Amino acid sequence: MTVQTAPQQTPPGGSSGRPALAHGVLPRWAPWAVLAAAAAVAAAVSVTAGLNAALFAVGTAVLTGAGLYAWSSSVEGGRRAKDRLVTVVVSSAFLVALVPLVSVLWTVLTFGLQRFDLEFFTYSMRGIVGEGGGVYHAILGTLIITGLATLMSVPVGLLAAVYLVEYGKGRLARAITFFVDVMTGIPSIVAGLFAFALFALFFGPGVRMGIVGAVALSVLMIPVVVRSTEEMLKLVPNELREASLALGVPKWRTIVKVVIPTSIAGIATGVTLAIARVIGETAPLLITVGITTGTNLNPFDGRMASLPVFAYYSYVTPGVPRDPYLDRAWAAALVLIVIVMVLNLLARLISRLFAPKTGR
Amino acid sequence: MTTTTASSGRRTVQRPGDRVFSGSTIAAGVLILVILAGVAAFLLTNAWPAVTASAEDLPGGRTLFAYTAPLVFGTLLGAVLALLVATPLAVGIALFISHYAPRRLAAPLGYVIDLLAAVPSIIYGLWGVAVLAPQTVGLSRWLESTLGFLPFFSGPASSTGRTMLTVGIVLGVMILPIITAVSREVFLQTPRLHEEAALALGATRWEMIRMTVLPFGKPGVISASMLGLGRALGETMAVAIVLSVSPGLISFNLISPSNPSTVAANIALQFPESSGLAVNTLIFTGLVLFGITLAVNMLARWIIARRAEFSGAN
Repeated sequence: MTVQTAPQQTPPGGSSGRPALAHGVLPRWAPWAVLAAAAAVAAAVSVTAGLNAALFAVGTAVLTGAGLYAWSSSVEGGRRAKDRLVTVVVSSAFLVALVPLVSVLWTVLTFGLQRFDLEFFTYSMRGIVGEGGGVYHAILGTLIITGLATLMSVPVGLLAAVYLVEYGKGRLARAITFFVDVMTGIPSIVAGLFAFALFALFFGPGVRMGIVGAVALSVLMIPVVVRSTEEMLKLVPNELREASLALGVPKWRTIVKVVIPTSIAGIATGVTLAIARVIGETAPLLITVGITTGTNLNPFDGRMASLPVFAYYSYVTPGVPRDPYLDRAWAAALVLIVIVMVLNLLARLISRLFAPKTGR
Repeated sequence: MTTTTASSGRRTVQRPGDRVFSGSTIAAGVLILVILAGVAAFLLTNAWPAVTASAEDLPGGRTLFAYTAPLVFGTLLGAVLALLVATPLAVGIALFISHYAPRRLAAPLGYVIDLLAAVPSIIYGLWGVAVLAPQTVGLSRWLESTLGFLPFFSGPASSTGRTMLTVGIVLGVMILPIITAVSREVFLQTPRLHEEAALALGATRWEMIRMTVLPFGKPGVISASMLGLGRALGETMAVAIVLSVSPGLISFNLISPSNPSTVAANIALQFPESSGLAVNTLIFTGLVLFGITLAVNMLARWIIARRAEFSGAN
């Protein structure tokens, strides 16, 4: 496409190099060379501008794209140049997405470790003003509420998934599939309002109990359990079912003794991920369970503390010396993120270690 | 799909165990539909007193419409902003994972992006107000001075960074994983033969993607971003922590210290201290939010479902 004139133009990226082949292909190291040159230029500029990390990152990306585009279009032609430019853009899109992830984890770690001590895990907030205190009550509250939600959603979700895979036909099954998908999109605050309205019917308008929060969380959890269990049940080979049925085993025993045990690892993974999803929910607990300073282990009697709500209130309504409250908020956030990450890792471990025994 | 063996002539034996078990699975399935209907019904009955009440009894002494409209506006503004931030990025990431990254790295990279979805929303809120918001102050000032003639950046720029712009970025980060995951799945479903045909005709990788992957994946990307939109509309805590609100305001200004609140954040902020008719009013706004997210999600699911049949024929 381009007519090449004799001497090679030096690209703006500052890198020098000769094309490896006569009819214009950049050498294999060309992108990396341009990247290094761009990074060097951007570093020089951003150091003179006062150690600006954002400027360095953006500058590197822009210079790499521009340099590679110019070099490539002069050697390889416009189409190849565009291809290389898109490669740079797409790769930097991925790197951009890593920035908030790393930043969030780093922030929570640095602020959270200030109060990540023994007292934090063994004390409640009863009678604490200012420094000291901990989240013993909030951790127990979170575990109780999430545990109750799990107890309610796993049987319902599991049975509904069995219905969809093993029995479901026709309009009812299609309706359930569709509305389960729709249900995954219910805003968590709406689930909280629903649970509140349900219990306000029986206990009056000021109701705040752990069980209300558990109901709200299970509304959010059921669709996730159904979807993941459904996927796992579909993976069970039909030969297993047919072999069992051919031996005269009733269908329900086939499901209970053959289908579910085969897919139990996948189901456990799905349930773990569902727990990880709801354990950090704040909004429904904020309006249904509230917060308290003491340890309350009875989900049927009065307010309970939970980790996310504790972190929220500690941060937005700190006491007079602000720092101890903010430190506790960040430490609670760190506990929460550790729990969620552990649950995620656990889920992956379960699926890795107890992979379905399909014989394939 | 299922393995029911009831042949045309003979009926299979129905044992009591079978009847109990299949009955309980049907009950569980129906229970899900009942819960969803119950959500709508309970919200409706609890919102009704606010609908019938006169304006001066409602919080702020405004009519229900005047109370709800700014909240809905703020919700839509924040969600659309989040979509503008997240969609191009998510398409880029999905393409990177599906077509650019080395094959062996694709799965771990996808997992890294999914980690973004695992972080609880309260932590995004804390991060948004403590880390991101101060970073946007300089950007806001620059936008005000250079693009101040646009209504979005007319200023005055907030000095804390607790603006709609910050909210849009935080929400964008939060919905990034779901858009990426769905787009990635769709891109990977592109018929291999289309891609190879394009490459065999001498197309570069980008031309191959533009001619085969993107047209094929377009409906998937659209419904993925609608799923993301649904998430952004309902997101509560991050907005409640980050945004500094002034009630009843409708403004396109993204960088000023006074912003319209969102439905979900308003409920979270007002509900713990509310009683009586104020609770009914908040539940009414929740009902409106439920309706909007339901519509968006149903539309998205409908597009996906239609596509699934379509792609099965390929």
